[in-house]
Parts: sequence; C-alpha cells; structure tokens
Amino acid sequence: MPKRSDIKKMLIIGSGPIIIGQACEFDYSGSQACKSLKEEGYQVILVNSNPATIMTDPEMADRTYVEPVTPEVVEKIIIREKPDVLLPTLGGQVGLNIAAELFRRGILEKYGVELIGAKFEAIERAEDRQLFKKAMEEINLSTPRSVYLNDVESAIDFAKEVGYPLIIRPSYTLGGTGGGIAYNVEELKRVAARGIEYSPISEILVEESVIGWKEYELEVMRDRKDNVVIVCSIENFDPMGVHTGDSITVAPAQTLTDKEYQRMRDAAIKIIRKIGVETGGSNIQFAVNPENGKMMVIEMNPRVSRSSALASKATGFPIAKIAAKLAVGYTLDEIPNDITKKTPACFEPTIDYCVVKIPRWDFEKFPGVNTVLNTEMKSVGEVMAIGRTFKEALQKGLYSLEQGRSGLGADGKDIDLKNTFLEEIKQKLITPCPERIFYLRYAFQKGMPLEEVYELTGIDKWFLYNIKEIGEMEEKIKKFSPLNGEKQIPPDLLRKAKQYGFSDVQLAYLLDTTPLNIRKYRKKKEIEATFKLVDTCAAEFEAYTPYYYSTYEVEDEVRYSRRRKVIILGGGPNRIGQGIEFDYCCVQAALSLKEEGWEVIMVNCNPETVSTDYDTSDKLYFEPLTLENVLNICDKEKPEGVIVQLGGQTPLRLALPLKREGINILGTSPEDIDRAEDRERFTYLVKKLCLNQAPYGTGRSFSEAKEIARRISYPVLVRPSYVLGGRAMEIIYDESSLEHYMLSAVKVSPEHPVLIDKFIEGAIEVDVDAISDGERCVIGGIMEHIEEAGIHSGDSACSLPPYTLSKSIIQKIKEQTYSISKELKVIGLLNIQYAIRNGEIYVLEVNPRASRTVPFVGKATGLSLAKIAAKVMIGKKLKDLGITKEKNIPYIAVKEAVFPFIRFPEVDIILGPEMRSTGEVMGVSDNFGIAFAKAQMGAGLSLPLKGTVFISVADKDKPSIIPIARQLVNLGFNLIATRGTYRILKENKIKVKRVKKIAEGRPHIEDYIKNGEVQLIFNTPVGKGPKFDEYKIRRQAVIHRIPIITTISGALAAVNGIKAMKKGELTVKTLQEYHQNI
Amino acid sequence: MNKSSEVAKEKKMKAILALEDGFVLEGESFAGHGEISGEVVFNTSMYGYEEILTDPSYKGQIVAMTYPLIGNYGVNEEDYESLHPWVEGFIVREYSQFPSNWRSKGSLKDFLNKYNILGVEGIDTRALTKHIRERGAMKGVISTEDLNPQNLVEKAKASPGLIGRDLVKEVTCKEKYIWEEKVRKKPIYYVVAIDFGIKHNILRALTQEGCYITVVPAFTKAEEILELNPDGILLSNGPGDPAGVPYATREIKKLLGKKPIFGICFGHQILGRALGLKTYKLKFGHRGGNQPVKNLKTGKVEITAQNHGFCVKLDKLPDLIPTHINLNDGTLEGMESEKFSVFSVQYHPESSPGPHDSRYLFRKFVEMMENN
Repeated sequence: MPKRSDIKKMLIIGSGPIIIGQACEFDYSGSQACKSLKEEGYQVILVNSNPATIMTDPEMADRTYVEPVTPEVVEKIIIREKPDVLLPTLGGQVGLNIAAELFRRGILEKYGVELIGAKFEAIERAEDRQLFKKAMEEINLSTPRSVYLNDVESAIDFAKEVGYPLIIRPSYTLGGTGGGIAYNVEELKRVAARGIEYSPISEILVEESVIGWKEYELEVMRDRKDNVVIVCSIENFDPMGVHTGDSITVAPAQTLTDKEYQRMRDAAIKIIRKIGVETGGSNIQFAVNPENGKMMVIEMNPRVSRSSALASKATGFPIAKIAAKLAVGYTLDEIPNDITKKTPACFEPTIDYCVVKIPRWDFEKFPGVNTVLNTEMKSVGEVMAIGRTFKEALQKGLYSLEQGRSGLGADGKDIDLKNTFLEEIKQKLITPCPERIFYLRYAFQKGMPLEEVYELTGIDKWFLYNIKEIGEMEEKIKKFSPLNGEKQIPPDLLRKAKQYGFSDVQLAYLLDTTPLNIRKYRKKKEIEATFKLVDTCAAEFEAYTPYYYSTYEVEDEVRYSRRRKVIILGGGPNRIGQGIEFDYCCVQAALSLKEEGWEVIMVNCNPETVSTDYDTSDKLYFEPLTLENVLNICDKEKPEGVIVQLGGQTPLRLALPLKREGINILGTSPEDIDRAEDRERFTYLVKKLCLNQAPYGTGRSFSEAKEIARRISYPVLVRPSYVLGGRAMEIIYDESSLEHYMLSAVKVSPEHPVLIDKFIEGAIEVDVDAISDGERCVIGGIMEHIEEAGIHSGDSACSLPPYTLSKSIIQKIKEQTYSISKELKVIGLLNIQYAIRNGEIYVLEVNPRASRTVPFVGKATGLSLAKIAAKVMIGKKLKDLGITKEKNIPYIAVKEAVFPFIRFPEVDIILGPEMRSTGEVMGVSDNFGIAFAKAQMGAGLSLPLKGTVFISVADKDKPSIIPIARQLVNLGFNLIATRGTYRILKENKIKVKRVKKIAEGRPHIEDYIKNGEVQLIFNTPVGKGPKFDEYKIRRQAVIHRIPIITTISGALAAVNGIKAMKKGELTVKTLQEYHQNI
Repeated sequence: MNKSSEVAKEKKMKAILALEDGFVLEGESFAGHGEISGEVVFNTSMYGYEEILTDPSYKGQIVAMTYPLIGNYGVNEEDYESLHPWVEGFIVREYSQFPSNWRSKGSLKDFLNKYNILGVEGIDTRALTKHIRERGAMKGVISTEDLNPQNLVEKAKASPGLIGRDLVKEVTCKEKYIWEEKVRKKPIYYVVAIDFGIKHNILRALTQEGCYITVVPAFTKAEEILELNPDGILLSNGPGDPAGVPYATREIKKLLGKKPIFGICFGHQILGRALGLKTYKLKFGHRGGNQPVKNLKTGKVEITAQNHGFCVKLDKLPDLIPTHINLNDGTLEGMESEKFSVFSVQYHPESSPGPHDSRYLFRKFVEMMENN
C-alpha cells in the first residue's frame, strides 16, 4: 500500500522535559520520525517544550513549537495549524496522554484531526488496566489477578483473598510513581495509603505479585495490512519486582527454548491485534514462572518506549523511523532495510552478539533517599554494551557506567572482603540495589554456592554461572605476575580474558602493573580489539551501515577510509548534570562536520541518544568512553583529531591522557582547559586579567579548611575539585557544619582537595555562552538567572536576554568574556558564570567546553553554537562562517529546570548548589512574565490565576515578601500564612488568613493542601530536612502538584508571570517565526 | 567407548576448521573429538539449536550457529525433531556450560557426546558466516587430531560434498510406521507422509489438524502408497540435493493428480522436479527463522523458518502458479497446481525452530483433502 496522499499536515507531540522514566530516547524517536516524515513530503508540525532536543532544531520540522506540552496549549496549536492528523505514539507517555486527553475533550473531532498510529480505543485498551485485563482474558492469556481500589480497607480484604506480596500501583502516575510492594499488612496499609495519595484520581491498582518470576519484553511492530514482526526480545537479569527501567536487561532472551520463545511471540502478536494498535511499535512485558514456565502478560505500551530505543540500538532496526512510515500507510514489505539496502524491513532482526543494558542511578545527589529498587523507576540514565559473549558485554557495560568501576570488580575498588560478613553480603543479595551486581561476585568469592545465590536473588542461574566464570578467570589471571617476570601471563589466557570483557585497568590491577603497560604488551602479542558490525541479520547479508562494537575475535570488519576524519566523543550515560544537552552538542557537531565533507566518527555508549543513531554520523562505535576503548578506535581509524569538549566531563577527562598517547585534541588545548579547571591556575589567570574572583582557598584537611574559612569569612561554598553538576557542593554558614562536611560528606586527601570559596550572598548569577576561533570571540547568549547565586546554574531558571541587568554591566560582562577567551586561546565553545552584586562582577567559573545551556541559547537565538564550534575546531574562522555579530533578540526566552522529587518522597526539595534537576523546558514570549509562566507550565506546574496562596518565609526574607504579597492581593488572590509570616503581613496591612502549623492542631496547613484549598505556595526554607514542619509542606506540594516556589526571586518572577497572564492571553508561535524577526 | 576417549571428551581439545578454499579458523572442541567433514553452512536462528541438531535435513552438513551463545537452556527430549542428531559437526562461538531452563534434562555437551557429534567452540563464527556468504557454502573439515591446516584443506577438497548425492537414503525410515499420537480433531483424514528425512513437528502439526498418518520410506513405490488409499500425501523435508534422488521424482510423478499432495522443503523440490521444473543450488542457502515470505494471494508477509541449500527454478508452466516468494532475494517459496490438487512450500510451516506464522498451510492441506 502506498503512503497516504489525503494528508498533508501532521502534528507530532514530543515528550517535554527529561524526567526519570522519560528521557532522551524520545528525542531519538521523535527526531527519527520527523526526519522520515519530512522525507516523505509531509508538513510536520512539532510541539515540545524541551529546548535541549535535536527534534526541536528548526530544520527538523516545518513548524516547531517550543511551547508547554499541555492539552490547552496543544489545542491552541491545532487551532492555528489545522493539522490533518496527529501522531501520538512517538512522544512517550506524555505524548500519548495529551493525545488521549485531546480526544476525550472532543478537540480532535472538533477540528477534524485524525489520530494515526494508535486510535483512541487502542490507547485506552492498553492503558486502562481493567480493559487490558479483559482483552487478555478474551484471547486466553493470563494476567496477574488485580483490583482497582480507592481505600486501604478494601486492599486488606483483597490481600486476604490472594495473599502477599502485593504490588500497588497508583492510577495515572508516570513510571509507577508512588507505587510499591507490600509483603505484609502493615506495609500494605502504608503503601496503599501513599498510592492513593499520589494518584490524581485517588485510585490504586492492587495486584497479585509475580515477584521472582523471570521478566521478558518483546518489541512488536504491525502495519496496516496486519503484518506483524518481533524486532527484539529482551530478558531481564533482575527478576520481576524491579522496574524494567531499573533492571539490567539482556538482548536477546537467553534462557528460553524455541518452543517457549515462540509461545511468547504468538502471544505478543495476538496482543497487538487484540489491543488494536493499527500501525507502529509496541512493547509487551511478560513474566514467566521459573519453576514451570507459566506465562503472564504484565503490560503493553502502545507506543515507542525506552525499550524500543534500546531494541533499535541493540538490533540496528530503527523502530521509530519505521513506525512513522507505517503510520502514513506504508507496509513493512514496502520499506527497505537501511542496513542491508537490498532486503525489506519486513523481517525479524537476528543478532550475533549479546547486548547488556545497565541503568545508572544518582542516589548520592539525594541524601536520605531509599536506594532499594522496586516497581518504581529511580535510575536517571543507562548504558548499553555489546559483546560476543554475555560476560564481555556485562563487563563493558559496567565500565561504561563511569561510576569508578572498570568492569565487574577486580579493579582495586572492591570492598574489603576479608572483613565483610557473609550476612552482609546476603542482605545485599536479597534486596535489589544498584550495587547488587558486584555483591554477586563477592558471594562467589566467599564460596557461596550458586544455588544459594539463586535462592537469595532469583536471578537466573545462567546469568549467575556467567558471573562465576568471570570470577574464575580472575583467579586464573591472578596467578601470574607483572609482565616482565617469569610468570608472564600466556597470550592465550590474556586473549581469553579480553574475550571475557576484562579491561586493561582490571588486568593491570590483577597483574600489578599499569593499564598502559597491559596495552603495550597486548599490542606486542597482537591481542588487539577487532570491530564487528551491527547489521540486523547476523552477517547473512552485506551491511552498508557502519555501526560497530569492539570484541576480541579473528576478523576485524571495519572499512577504514582515507578521508579526513574526526572522532567525536559523546557524553556516556545520562546523569544529573550531564544529560541530553551534551548529546545535543555532539549531534550538532556531527551534522556540521559532515556538511564540511569530513568523515565523522561518533563514540558513545548511551542507547537513549540521537548520537547513537547510526544515521547521525558516518561511523558509530558503540563503546565505553574510556581511554582504552578510545585508543583502540584511534589505533585503527587514525583520525586527524578527537573532539572532547562537547560531551561534558566524560570526554574532557580523557583529553590529557589521550594527548599523552599522541592523539591530537581538536579545539582549545587540553593544557588551556586545565588552566580553567585547576583552581590555582585559574586564580592566576583571573589576576592576570585584572578580574574579580571571590576569595577562596584549597583545603587538603579540615584544619586547613577551617583556616581558609576564617580568613575569607562565612558563608563559604565548598566542593571537591573537578566535579560537574555541583556534586557534593554546599553552602556552609558556620564552623561546625564545615567540620561535618569535611569529615563525613567528602573524602578529602592531598590528591583530592576541597575548594572553599567565599559565598557571595544575594548576588545575581549570569551564564554566558560564547564561541571563539582563537582570534575572535562571539557571544551566543547572556542568561540572567532568576534564582540568586548559590543555587546551581542547572537548577536555576534563567532569562535570555537578561531582564534586570543594566547595559553597562552587560557590556562589562562581554568584555570580560572576550579577554578570558583570548587568554585561554579558546577554539570552540566557552561558558562563563559570573556573579553580580552591587555593580561588581565576579568570575565564578570558566568552562572552555560545551555547557548545559548551549541548546537553550540555540533555540532562543537561532544560533547553533555547537555546529559552529565544530567547524571552528577543524580550522574554520568565524568570519568565514559569517558569524561576527551577536544576536539581539526582540523577545524573551526563559529556561526552567525540572526535578525528580516526586520519585523520591524522602528528599527535601529546596534548591542549593548541588544540581538535582533532570531536565529543562523553555518558555518564549514577547513578555518576560508570560515567558516565565510558560516555562512553569512546561515544567508541569502551571501558575494559578486565582485562588489561595500559602506563604511561609524565613525571617531574612520577610521584608522582601511584603511587596510580593501585596501584589498577590491586588491580583485577587487570598493569602494564608502560618504564625510568623502571618504576623509580618498583618503588620503591613495585607489581608491574610492565619492557618495552623502541623504541630498546632487541626485543621492545619497540610489539611488545606490535601483538600485542594491551596493553589500556590511560596516557601523559603528555614532549614532542610524532615525535622522541619515546612519539609512536610513541601512534600505535600510535590505530591499534589501544587506549584511551590522556594526563593524570593522565583516568587517575584511568578507574580510577574501571573500578572502578565491575567492581562493578556497566552499565544503560541513557532521557533521559525521567532527566528525570522531577529 | 574406551576409557581414554572418555577422558578426551572431558578435556577441551584444540580443533581446526578448514574449508576447501583454504579458509582456516581455530577453536576448541567442547564435545567429542576426531575428524569430520561436511558442507559448512550457517544458521541464523537465535533459539532452537536442539531442533536444528535433530533435523535430518542437516545430514551431510556442519552447522555453524551465528548466535554466539549456545547451550544456554540445555536439552530436553520433547524438543527433538527426530530420534537423534544428524549434523556432522556443530560450531558455536561460546558453549554455555550451565544449562538453565525448567524443562532442561541435561547439557548440550552430554547430548552431543552421547551421539559422538563433534562440537567446537571459540570460532569466530561471524568471520565464518561472512566467508560463506561471500564464497558460498562449501566443503569443510574439522579435526582435533590432525592440526595441520594444509592437510585439512586437502581433506576438505577430497570430501564428497552434496551435489548429486543421495543423502535421503541415510535418513529415511527403513520401514513404514504409524505416527502414534492421538488425533483429537474431527473429521479424521488419512495421510501418507513420505519420509525424506521428516521432522516430527510436521507430523505433530498434521495430527493437530486431524490427520492420522502413516510414514513411509523415501523409496516406497507410488503403487504401494496408493494401495494405502490415503486422503492426501505429504512430501517431507530432507537433506541434500533433490537431483540426487531421481527415484523419488519418478514415483511422485505417478502420484500427480491421484491424491492431494503437500510438499515441504525437500518435498517441494521433489514435487517441482516431478512437475518438470528444475532445481539449482543456492550460493549459501537460507537457514534461519526470520525469512520474510510474501503470500502472493493475500499480499501478506509471513516470517518463516527455513533450511535449504537448493531451490526450485520457476519456469512458466501451464496449470502451475507461484504462491509465495522470498522478499530477501525473490526466490520461489511456494507453488500450487489446482489441476493436480498439489501445493508446496520451500520453507517450514511446521517451523520448530521458528515462528508459527505459516501453520495455516496444514489447514489448507486438510481443506484440499476435504474438497477432493
């Protein structure tokens, strides 16, 4: 069937900001879809509030709305654009929910917009657990017994019927937020109550547990002629009970016979037909009883998902791209397989390697958080590794995580096994947690039988045996000693160790030498990495798409060209502080250098990203971003240079080591990067340029730190040197807190000193992104933070252009930027953070690399900094590229951060110098207030236009809250406050009602919040943590999704936004239109 | 078996794989030892090694699995496709020592050892697959005894190969027998299945559709078959070159128009030859569970299980229409003649291993018998 010619304009909804459970995989799928639909000649209209996405680059769609992804805003876009169809299946759960909501409200019908891909009925049948269960019964498939409830009592009754454990899932929350497992009645009461609280409709699903069963996923595709194919099977390493996003997963399924696999395949095909997903991909999860093979259907996602992104990367089959083509009427047999070119997409990929995905958690950012893994997803990123064996893939994956490990242990970072009790190891095995994988090895080292490890973990014995084999290999290697002695490791064993995925770092540790010595020895013995293709067909057909992974085999299949080539190092797994923004820069650079005719080689290990789409670069190496793996690639490819400044701290850390091995680093030299990163050298630089810097010192011990703090006076800002995202950064007001920090919060040593800066209180923070070719420096954007200095720049909202700074200050900032750029001989990107107080400018930080704000600046100004930077790095001059003038935009763009607090009920939400946001949104308007309000809306917390505002501020903020409160009253809001704030407002003759604090009896403020009587909260914290009343208030605000603003500057901006919104209507406009007016 | 060979079985031995064109790879034996020869082919199924090993169509062949981890779920008798394995040798990237599956009754290694089949691991199976893809399936030798590659290449050249050879006689049953499985569906049809190397799942699938089956040897005369008075005749899969079994073609020709006939794989090729079509050798064949086949009648695509090195060449013939084609390379996958009430497919509707998309063909066979 040919594509549909009755449609011209289509609307695609993106997934909005990056949050836990919905990350850049939807930029990957959305970008693929946009590209592929434009290719077909359709006019693509896109809405996504997330500026850090490739899909929102103006050339990706015909009309791009960086606007809040809410039904109201999308309706405005529909009215303006009158699209023929809406494709709801590519924007994650958000995209699907919005589309369903628009349907329910009759908006799609009203404006004649057809849903393609999945019809409303199919979405509902898949999403509504009861309808889904019924559908499964009708096709004779089992699902766990379950019931929807609204109260705890009925849950207890249900438990009497089916027994424990039980799974509790609140309705309509994303990724299982607020859910949990109950093993007894006490837990059930607690988890059920919490679930009911979290659910926007106060409803929970209580379900019979299949904890400990084996978990599988199938990725299914269907076309409108009803052809169905399975793209990939995935087996979870962790059994049921751990969210699949938090599980180590393996592709293909390892422990099913053909009979069992085919039974699952048949079921998947029946399910996609029954649910009625017309075209596109779906993800179906199954649980299998390891004792007898009984199979149950757990759930289905009628859309592309995190798993489908993984499946695409694991097999080379581009699910989202094909889904888009199927949605417009093509059938699978009409679409060619990109990789083989000669065969159609209507087949099932077969692979000849093993793929392991490992999640990455950032719990250290959230002190006090419960790190036990359960049905609620908590990880913030993931890596994927490919090997010819499971052992190799697993070890490569653990190395890729960049959490200090170089494989499955044996790297000098293991616990002291001798002094660890078996009981402790057992506890770690019983409770799923991020470090469990390492404890499996410890258990075997302690001599625990495989059977027992299985009993404790429920992890399939096949996986356990493989882990045991890794340990056995380790023992074999250990018998040998350094490479020069008599007991030199035999080359055959070394090769085998590499085939088991042992890194040079692990081998160096085991053989008591250095990783570079291992490398030299390997090369001497001709034990070198070979690169194999990912080709969808296990080499049955010739592949044209150069997508590679390393392994230790006989044949190397890479076709090395003689073109001018460059390697771009990606950012690795997403984490807080280093996410999609850096991948965005890498992708832009790849596209830009392709334009220049260079061969672009991408190296990355993050399966969620656009950079690991084989379409993005000329060659893709799916590899850990480590010195060893990058050198292996350089050995073969011999690039002219490597770009390290775009992928964040990950590649930057490799700059000097690579350079030492003779690899040319493009752009700003590693030495100059070091001059900016190293505090002492940086101070010298600031002095040399006659700029201001907050007084500081470097403490190598508590006593040193104490001295410095006394000298520069409190408050001080402390942090370990060399960090990104403000890891372990704190503002400290007194000596006892400093002592606590130095002695328990960080491990200080002479090699790892702590930086102590004078904290400039009440300053305005400014971020500048600039670009330089070594001669000329052009500023891309100056952003004024809305929250004051001291709150991490990644967590702070900001405005481009600045909204309060004077012209002369801006001019000074520019000049300082130029002079720093010149001094550091920056070639490429440069980000500088300044603090401004009383007209005085302080340089806080200079980062000669891509920053988190590069994509935001690009969206706001139309200037693609990363693209230009890449060109500059290969020797182009800004003048030749026509980049000489700085852009002044006649509108305002506001960036706002998005936080994962709803996932971590134990964590206090107040902002600080440690970054905790996972994503960002942008709001654009001609008016600052509206831009700010849009950004809030995009972040999921729309500012109310009427109702009640609860105000509770710290004493120091009381004077500043008065004018804000007065404005709110003038805008028609009711104010409520607890004692202290109430008094100060009353004294100033502002109409306010007093409410009780939690300790003062009922009804207290929590009751008001729970009852929906509060629409907005201003709360500047007195203190952090659960011992404070206000902590509970903040938690309630998060759970009930009430906008809560924790800084005075934020409150000011919010009032500004409300005022603007009340005055004028919110209008929508495309980026293309905005950029036209510059 | 003497004691020293028992010891040898436990110990991994170096093994050399040599192809007739001089391509050599090194590995280790994980089961058995000695020296074997055969046509080296690759199979791209990720699951189902047990079914592959026991499929008589692999007689004369050394099978390399492209999926690198094999042995993961052990072996169980329920999944056998015949009474024992037939492959000459088995090549994998990594043999999994530890079988894990609730139905597993033992390890793949013990299974291969029991039947004296040489299993080799540690081979760069992707390099091997690419070589075969580019140069074609060819003769090869694996040895744990003679480790001189040059010698082995010569031995490979001297080995018999498949073309024109009758391998069917080595795998077909010696006497006719009745497939003892309870038929639960009615009405019951009586089918004679000609065993060119029949997979049990064909018999299971027919039984499920309500067929009662007598299996007869490949050399059975047409008259003997007609004497049994079946409602339909099934021509099974089998090993090697259909040109090597002229007697079968001759007998099938006599059956045309007498009874409904359903041919599968080798049976399809024999039917083709009986109808006057030619067969030829494919460069490296189709072996795997992901081959897309388009049903020309419905326009729908089936993902099919395949295992064949030879193929029917489609010439225009009166009364014969192609019904299925392979979407990867356009080769003929199915044909039908209404005049003779016969149809056949090159692929395996009984799958095992592989997807179940084409099971409808057994129903079609039953309908054909019904209408006859």
